[in-house]
This record gives sequence, structure tokens and C-alpha cells, in this order.
Amino acid sequence: MRKGFQLALLAMLGLAVTLGPAAAQTPGVTATEVKIGNTNPYSGPASAYGTIGKTLGAYFKKVNDEGGVNGRKINYITYDDSYSPPKAVEMVRKLVEQDEVAALFQTLGTPTNTAIHKYVNQQKVPHLFVATGATKWNDPKNFPWTMGWQPNYQTEGKIYAAYILKNFPDAKIGILYQNDDYGKDYRKGLHDGLGEAAKKMIVLEQTYEVTDPTIDSQIVNLKNSGANVFFNVTIPKFAVQAIKKSHDIGWKPAHFLNNVSSSLATVLKPAGLDASKGLITALYMKEITDPQWKNDKGFLDWVAFMKKYYPDGALDDQGNAFGYTVAQAMTQVLKQCGNDLSRENILKQAENLKNVEFPLLLPGIKVNTSPTDHAPIEQEQLAKFDGERWVLFGELLEAAKK
Amino acid sequence: MPPRSWTFTVAGLGLIVALALPFTLSNFRLFQFSQVYIYAMALLGLNILTGYNGQISLGHGAFYAVGAYTTAVMIDQWNVPYGWTIPTAGLVCLVVGFLFGIPALRLEGLYLALATFALALAVPQILKYFEHWTGGSQGIVLSKPKAPWGLKLNPDQWLYFLCLGLLVLSFILASNLLRGRTGRAIVAIRDNPIAAQSMGVNTALYKSLTFGVSAAYTGVAGALSAVTVAYVAPDSFDVFRSITFLVGIVIGGLASVSGAIFGALFIQFVPNWALDISKAAPWAIYGVFLIGFMYAMPRGIAGTIRLAAVRWLRRRAEPRGSSGGSPR
Repeated sequence: MRKGFQLALLAMLGLAVTLGPAAAQTPGVTATEVKIGNTNPYSGPASAYGTIGKTLGAYFKKVNDEGGVNGRKINYITYDDSYSPPKAVEMVRKLVEQDEVAALFQTLGTPTNTAIHKYVNQQKVPHLFVATGATKWNDPKNFPWTMGWQPNYQTEGKIYAAYILKNFPDAKIGILYQNDDYGKDYRKGLHDGLGEAAKKMIVLEQTYEVTDPTIDSQIVNLKNSGANVFFNVTIPKFAVQAIKKSHDIGWKPAHFLNNVSSSLATVLKPAGLDASKGLITALYMKEITDPQWKNDKGFLDWVAFMKKYYPDGALDDQGNAFGYTVAQAMTQVLKQCGNDLSRENILKQAENLKNVEFPLLLPGIKVNTSPTDHAPIEQEQLAKFDGERWVLFGELLEAAKK
Repeated sequence: MPPRSWTFTVAGLGLIVALALPFTLSNFRLFQFSQVYIYAMALLGLNILTGYNGQISLGHGAFYAVGAYTTAVMIDQWNVPYGWTIPTAGLVCLVVGFLFGIPALRLEGLYLALATFALALAVPQILKYFEHWTGGSQGIVLSKPKAPWGLKLNPDQWLYFLCLGLLVLSFILASNLLRGRTGRAIVAIRDNPIAAQSMGVNTALYKSLTFGVSAAYTGVAGALSAVTVAYVAPDSFDVFRSITFLVGIVIGGLASVSGAIFGALFIQFVPNWALDISKAAPWAIYGVFLIGFMYAMPRGIAGTIRLAAVRWLRRRAEPRGSSGGSPR
């Protein structure tokens, strides 16, 4: 028994030694570096998005190679959360409590960010430019430390609604949407944007589950409903099917395709460029697979960056352009912070982006934030596919201005 | 078998260390250890079914989800204090498990594994259908409970003690259950169902009951996970969760109560280590660990330790010339 007691004492001693050091004055910041934390799904069902997290790391490496920000290197720490909410909680707690990062940046996924939303705001850690299109991230009153990035889905739905009201006064609208938050956000945006007219105009709404094998029957139903406007809220796999099927059965509505599936390489080409002719979408970034940008300086710089810092990354994956751009935004925030990298100041500077432009956003799109506006990108422009490229038309639309 | 006094000593020492942890470790580490205890409870439940009773389940993630959602919905919709929701979650899972166990009686071995696998596949989708209660894919956000009775503990420390307390309780209940008459019946069904039946064991009843009890353990674990993580969503309970549990009991040691702890430590920490070793292919590293463990310790960690203890005792006993020979 005595031996056992000694053992227990030893074990406790060992644990006491592992006690962490006391928290620094400004967490995550030393004279030579600033720690930025991130979680991404490098494994699991959403692992295709993991490339964004890798691009972020590659971009910060480039920044560090060029001397860092105000003399400090960016120490980017990223963990795999497998797109699982409990894992995200664990990893984010590790980032905040153990690694003591100065800020969280681009944590990816709606369910995963929902799981950490309350926690990071209680801990008062900047939770910047989250990688999800849900609307709730722009809520500075209740969640002052969280900030979105891309135009949210409801905003985009409203943009289509405004265009439909103006150009198709006698529209009969058929909607196909994914049965989850993402699909419902788009649907709500369209409904809200149409207002009173929604009841009269929308003739049929169809849903699908992300696990469904096909959506052929939904397309047939929509055609039979007599709809002449098709609002297509689908992820790439189903967008391909929807475009193909409606073409095959000779249904030719005005076809609005959500931004989520606007890639030439992953959607329009597989669906058939001919069948894709006439599609309308709303864009805020340059589609990197669109030939019209092939001599654009921003695009060429990005290609050079990819070749040097992320040679394994695909040049036709929009995620890599997305990561590149949002990493530029984070770098901008850190630059604005000057020598004060306290969490308060990082948030303050993130709320103080004024008319910033980024090379891979559409020309004219400006990023603006304020203490009451946590939605950095709020402009989009409509584009029509002419069989070869997205042709932008009309002016930049800002749906936030209701 | 090593003598029982040994088992008590080791368990007591473990408990002392566990009680000291909240005052030495950071809150984040405590959260991780709370997760370990929660997993251990779920693994204990699965081990009663698979290890002792011989019924393979690939669907315990489903009971885990039912437990978690029972708690989350009760707190969110009806403002029930979380303390009441945990036993309720266990009760709900007991009933669900028992009912699922009745049709499962007709299925043996691999066929039962497939049926339970179907359960694991179906539950996350079913949760999305009852959106009004479950919040659909958005899930339910909960608040972390504070320590009751004016205890001077922060929420992480309190939850740690809660998880530890319930784990110890479930260990005591499980070893009592398995040591007695019921336990012998459960094991007899695994070893030879026909013989067991002819000895007067009501196999059908015992099998369904075992299923229910096993589900109840896992359900309580799920309820605790909802409280500690303070969030539930269908994405938390995919099929992978069920498979992880199976990995846990095999690595920990089948038909061993203490194996649950080792298995839980493995499924909690090894994926993180794998990620530290290689960011590019963490699951390949995890696979190497898995194969390594299975190769080095085919009886699981608990089985290997037990074997080592027996050998050591035998060696110590022999030179003294004690007449007892090898311990049983």
C-alpha cells in the first residue's frame, strides 16, 4: 500500500510540472511573431474545403518570406475538425487556451462555427472572417467578436428577387433548394426580396437531401408546374444534374443559378457549355476558370503564388482563390494594427476596413466594415453565361441596403 | 486473475490522480479529460453488449445521439434543469435500446452489425426531419451549467467532476451487474447460447435487456456530451462516431470493464497525436497506430495488462515454492 501511495505522489508531481505558464499580457503576441488560429475540415465529409485552410497557410508563408507584418512573422496554427462540431469545440479551445492565439480566423463551416460562437465571444477572442455564408455572423450587437466574410446567402437571394421583379413582372417561379440552412437561407432571401409578390409568383418549391442520388424527378415536377423562372439553389453535384436534365427535357426557363455552383470547371463544363448557355448568377469574385481573366494581373499574381507556395493546389479550384483573398484581408487587418496586437485592437481594426479592394474580387467591389457592420463583402454583380464565359452586366448590387 | 485487492488499489490510485487533475491542469485539458470519461461511459455500454454478450453493434453512435438530443431538447424546449435530463436520457435510451433489441433477436453476428449500422446511418437524417424540436441541421446551442451549491469551481471543473462521478457510478453498477447471476447469464449467452438456454436462461429476454442497458449507458454518455460541449447537431453523430466506439472497445479490451478507460484515452488522444505527427495524412498515421496496437496487444490494452500481471505474480510466487502454483 505504501508503494502505491508513493506512486500516486509521483504521478501528481508529474502533473504539477505540466502546469502551463501564466497568460501573457497580449495573448499570442511576442516581439517576433503573432499567432493566428484556424480550424478546417482536412478529413471527413467536407474535406474538399480543406484546401482553403492550406492556401491560408501558403499565403502567410509568403507574407513571412517577405518580412512579415510590421516586423512580426505570422504563426498560423491550423487544426483538423473533420467538420464535426464537438471536435471544433475541442480544437478551438486548444487554440485559445493552450496555444493562446491572438485571433481566430476563417474557421470553416456553419455547424462548426455555431458550436464555438458563444464560447469565443465569452472569451473575447476575435473570430474573424468565418468561412460560411450563413446570415447570423453579422450580429455585432449579440456577438461583437464574430465577423463574416462572403456575401451571405440571403443577400444573394434578394439580389435575384430584385432582378426578377424588374425584368419578369409576370414570372412564374419554380424553386429547387437543398433541405438545410444553406438552401433555406437562399429561399428566405428570395421570399423576402419578392415581398407581397412571392405568393403570386412562386408556383412550386422542391427540395432535395444532400444524400439523394438524383434530382431528376424534381426537375420534371418543376417543368410541369409551368414555371418560366427557375431558381436553382444546389451544390455543384446537383447543379450539374439540374442543368443537364432541364436541357434534356426541353425546359427553357430563365435559369438563376446560385453563386455556390458558378464554377466553370466543376459545374458548367460537366453539365455541357451549350446546356449552360443563358444561366444567370451573382458573382463577387473572379471565376478563376473563366477565360476572360486569363491576362488579368490579379489572376496572374495568384497563379504565380500558387506555383511557388502551394504547388499541389489545383488551379481550377475556386477555394484556392477564396483562401488567397481572405488571407490578404487578414494581413491587411494585422497591418492596420501597427504595434498594438491586443485582441481589442485586432477587432477594432477588423471593424475599420474602408473601401479596401482585393485583386481577385470583381472590379469595383469594396470591402467595408464598421462596429455595426460585420459583413465585409456585400456587393455582387449579375452575370450571364454566353456559352464560353460569365458576362457581367448591370451595376454592382448591394442588397444590404434594403 | 490478479487478486481483487490489487484491482482496488489500482482503481483507488487512479481515482486519487483523477481527483487531483482539476487543480493542476488547464481548463482545456480538463475538457479533454471530461470527454475521455464520457467516451469511457459509452464504451462501457458498448462493451457490455459486444464484449460480454457477444452482440456486435455498429450503431451505438445512434444511442449516443438520442441521449444527447433528449437532453438538449428538454433543456431548450421545456427549460428542464440539466440534472434531470441526464437520467431521462438514460431511461429513453434504455427503452429505445430494449425495443430495438427485440427485432434484433432474430439477427446474429454480422447481420445484427448491419442492422445496427442502418440505425447509425438513419439517425442523423431523422434528427433533421423533426426540425421543430431539434433545430434541423442548425442544431441546438446550450449554455454551460455553473457549479451548484455555491461550490467554488469554474464550469469546466464542475463538469469534470460530474463526468468523473457518473463514470465511477457506472463502473460500480456495471461490475456489480457483470459479477453476479445476471452477468454469468449474459456471458453464457455469448459463449454458448444453446447451453445457456438449456440451463434455464431466458436468452431472448436477457439479450434485449442487455441491449437496453448498453444503450442506456451510451445514452447517458451522449447526454453528458451535450452538456459539456454545449451544442448538438446532426453532424456530431455521423457513422464514424459508431465505428470509433467499436475501435475503442477493441483497443481497450473486449469484455473488460477497465478497458473502457484505455479505449477512451485512445479514441480521444491518438487522432490528435496523429495530426501532430503529420498534417498531410493524419488518418494514415492513425491507421498505423491502430495496426500497431492490434499487433502488439491482440487482447486490447486491458487484456495485455491483465496477462502481464498474472505472469508477474506467477513468477513471484514460484521461487518461494508456494504450493498454490499458478493463480487462477
